[in-house]
Amino acid sequence: MSVKLTTRQIGDVTVVDASGRITLGEGSSTFRDKIKELVGGGGKKILLNMGDITYIDSSGIGELVSSFTSVQNSGGTLKLLNLTKRVHDLLQITKLYTVFEVHDDEAAAVRSFS
Amino acid sequence: MWEPESSDSLQTDTLLDSSLESVDKVEGWVLDAAKSMGFDEDELHSIGIAVRECMVNAVAHGNRYHGKKKVRFELWTSAKRLAMRISDEGAGFDVEGVPDPLHENNLMRHSGRGLLMIRAFMDEFLVVKRQPVGTAVVLVKNLPAVAG
Repeated sequence: MSVKLTTRQIGDVTVVDASGRITLGEGSSTFRDKIKELVGGGGKKILLNMGDITYIDSSGIGELVSSFTSVQNSGGTLKLLNLTKRVHDLLQITKLYTVFEVHDDEAAAVRSFS
Repeated sequence: MWEPESSDSLQTDTLLDSSLESVDKVEGWVLDAAKSMGFDEDELHSIGIAVRECMVNAVAHGNRYHGKKKVRFELWTSAKRLAMRISDEGAGFDVEGVPDPLHENNLMRHSGRGLLMIRAFMDEFLVVKRQPVGTAVVLVKNLPAVAG
């Protein structure tokens, strides 16, 4: 299954619930388009819920990094929520765990934006 | 040059198109074989990522999705390990010349993490230049009982 993305709003924070696989091809382009759409729409506080992401390859990791940079360049912030152990391990291996702000609790993550 | 061990039994030797469909196909074959050998879910995930990264390298970076260039996929299994060789017809690349994705200057680059992930997940990883053209990549994953 490719990635599925749905968004919901909590105050001024946009939560993106992601599920499935972010891999080269459809998965990574869907992800890229969604972040682009949010940034284009003025979204400044984006919380990416990755609890149901089952698989991410190096292309998907690249999209995460590019999204982080793109949101930051527009004056916003992108944070990660609910990493599975496998995604967490991949971010450790790639040393990106230190780059992203990662949360386990949604309410605390939303509060952290204010 | 890498050669399979005498205990390795050839399961698959096939030529594939340079497409993302081939990447999915090979990932499926390898995961089926690895599962039947007894690798656990975490190991299957690691193997899946590594083989996917190698196939993407062959299809996208090596053969550049060329309609006439093929990827050769070979798979061996034994009681102690899973071994694969993925060969493309591309211009080849210098492994040592690939920028270190962990260097602070490269950390935020969009690409360049595939080899790092393959090395992290497999027990053996070998890149061999083919003659006259192309690259062959060998991946080996040992069953945990014999790992190390």
